[in-house]
Amino acid sequence: MTTWHVILLASILVAGTKVLGHLAPAERLEGPRPRRILELVTVSLLAALVAVQTLATGTALVLDARVPAVALAIVLYRLRVPFLVVVLAAAATAALLRRLAGWP
Amino acid sequence: MTRPPRSVDERRAIRQGISVAIATAAYGISFGALSVASGLDVWQTCALSLLMFSGGSQFALVGVIAGGGAPATAVASAAILGVRNALYGLSVRPWLGVRGPMRILAAHLTIDESTAVSLAQTDLGARRVGFWVTGVGIYLGWNLTTLAGALVGDVLGDARMWGLDAAAAAAFVGLLWPRLRSRQAVAVGVASAVVAAALVPALPAGIPVLVAVVVALVVGWTDWLGARPTKAAA
Repeated sequence: MTTWHVILLASILVAGTKVLGHLAPAERLEGPRPRRILELVTVSLLAALVAVQTLATGTALVLDARVPAVALAIVLYRLRVPFLVVVLAAAATAALLRRLAGWP
Repeated sequence: MTRPPRSVDERRAIRQGISVAIATAAYGISFGALSVASGLDVWQTCALSLLMFSGGSQFALVGVIAGGGAPATAVASAAILGVRNALYGLSVRPWLGVRGPMRILAAHLTIDESTAVSLAQTDLGARRVGFWVTGVGIYLGWNLTTLAGALVGDVLGDARMWGLDAAAAAAFVGLLWPRLRSRQAVAVGVASAVVAAALVPALPAGIPVLVAVVVALVVGWTDWLGARPTKAAA
């Protein structure tokens, strides 16, 4: 698959899922169990992405400047700082540690 | 087309929709820059925002590509993260009152924010107007800021020296944060993060994230740590 194939296929799947929510027979997805599973799948995937994006470089686990940056982000979200400010603060933390302190 | 004057409720929904749209559009800049840093070009980055239009899935797709994951893994991550949009569609469609081709348009605009703003309204007219103002506002803003971010990312050079890898991780934390309202959700989040990290050295890039979803399937099916507190807190 080329990058364009990935983009188009994933977009069709994501947009198609949205259409399904509006057009599919409602009974299939209703009820507490499907709802709970779908909500938890989102949580699970996002949490796993946080871990991998923070700790993985390819298939190696690495502790580098991303770790303090993400720790700061968690503190800032707890303080209800807006998303964009937190993302910029995390980027700045990692960038400064690498440029000024020589962190990996 | 003539329409009756807006009620107080509808005007409040419009104001909320616009402010949410501006806030959400602002982080389209970070998506655009991250996407280009992951190796996508400006056109591919813009195509994602136009066609996929679901922030979490877009971040996931470029994250997997940046991490060296296989194409199929990138597609699967984006698709699974997009499944929640189907739930949103089910939630909004009973009162949205659209038919024909408009349903396709409404579906494409059905994302976290448009659903949240509309469900926060009590009046039917306010719900509808809240949905459309938020959805259309974010669609326009998100695509413009994606382009701006992609153009900025293009001239930055080495993404790590700008901390863009840390920014991506922080973005996922931000998408996750509002969903950690029940004990069950926190437990699933922690367990999934541990499982994914533990599997990184053992499996090809991108796969550990997909395997971690098993945690959600098991806990969700059995309702382990069952969530009365969510409803009580809401």
